[in-house]
Amino acid sequence: MIHKRKMTACVAAVAVLALCTGVAFASGGGGEAVTGMPQDGSPWWYWPVILLVATFIMGIIAVLGGVGGGVLFVPIISGFFPFHLDFVRGAGLLVALAGALAAGPGLLRSGLASLRLAIPVALIASSCAIVGAMVGLALPTNIVQLCLGGTILGICVLMLTAKKSTLPDVPESDKLSSILKIYGVYREESTGETINWKVHRTPLGLCLFVIIGIMAGMFGLGAGWANVPVLNLLMGAPLKISVATSKFLLSITDTSAAWIYMNQGCVIPMMVVPSLVGIMLGSFVGVRILKVVKPTFIRWMVIGILAFAGIKAFTKGLGIG
Amino acid sequence: MSQDQKIGPSPEQVLYANILNKGMLIGLGVLLITFALYVFGIIAPYVPLDQLSNYWGHSVTEYLHELDIPTGWAWLGMLGYSDFLNFIGIAFLAGVSIICYMAIVPTLLKNGDTIYAVLAILEVIVLTAAASGIFGSGGH
Repeated sequence: MIHKRKMTACVAAVAVLALCTGVAFASGGGGEAVTGMPQDGSPWWYWPVILLVATFIMGIIAVLGGVGGGVLFVPIISGFFPFHLDFVRGAGLLVALAGALAAGPGLLRSGLASLRLAIPVALIASSCAIVGAMVGLALPTNIVQLCLGGTILGICVLMLTAKKSTLPDVPESDKLSSILKIYGVYREESTGETINWKVHRTPLGLCLFVIIGIMAGMFGLGAGWANVPVLNLLMGAPLKISVATSKFLLSITDTSAAWIYMNQGCVIPMMVVPSLVGIMLGSFVGVRILKVVKPTFIRWMVIGILAFAGIKAFTKGLGIG
Repeated sequence: MSQDQKIGPSPEQVLYANILNKGMLIGLGVLLITFALYVFGIIAPYVPLDQLSNYWGHSVTEYLHELDIPTGWAWLGMLGYSDFLNFIGIAFLAGVSIICYMAIVPTLLKNGDTIYAVLAILEVIVLTAAASGIFGSGGH
């Protein structure tokens, strides 16, 4: 128990320290943020190393808080680091994409991610992510910052209010999901039960993925925060199937948007690779300490950090941040 | 409704997973190797490392203009520079899903799953179109 408390306190302290460090460096020690240039005389490796450390901590927090790395990456890095939002969104998509690619094979082989559920959803989300990316890159940066701030604050509200249903009650499949044969069966390891699942309200669910795709492309956020509630609460897929399919889905949705950002020149390897390595290493560590920390506390911490980053993005968009 | 009671992933799902796994490992491996060549100065970059921080705070339009960096697939012609060499791994990671989708189409057709074969082909078209650069290149 004491060990758990210590671990929770350590994670919280490191997270707060990282955030404060980011703020301090970005606003003072590191030079002007976003609008200006880091003409601070610091060595070339300075910001990439800070980025590596920050994304490592983000990777830990993302696992413990049950969110994707992308949703933390874009608001925090664009808010407190000297990189322009264009490059942060490009890197954010690649971070989310790499995480999904790493998790995808295992989730598919275990049968928890459903290809039959993912394929129609992915087609809509990935097509709309292209539109989102093009709109996001065409809009003035301050407008995107404002929308990003609003979206992040909306995600905080969603995290505070959305409930989860382990096994939603789906009395009958709808016509579309019956035609597409979106159903399956998996073994719940905790109980040993074999669970048959099916979905309903498929047309409405698919319509919502239009919006999710656009937002994913526009902000480079990944979209697990929106995928899971739609798959689980609206369409009625079991929570485990929803979470696994959502994670796999990002490997397709983010691919289309990532290509748009890459073709437009929004990818700087010196930002992408440290971020990727940091998030992935952090995720490995996060999985290991997941067993000993209190998830509720971490979730509140994630909401707090996101709210702070959301407000920062909002004020930046208004030109007062 | 006649549901398939078999537990476990379908053959096309396993095929997809296997290709995704190999592609992800190759892409990440290439990315890490090329980044090492870049960061340790083994191959010279197009933008000197000590000057990069002067540009990453600019919008993509300014960045491309000031550094005279081409967009779209023009990076293929600049693979002699270590910073552009990194794009091989990034492109591979972004392209592996296209290969996965193309690979499952024959299995889907063989199983008579025409609807999903069509959906998979449509996805290949969408992702290939995104990758091709036909949706524009060159920032704001």
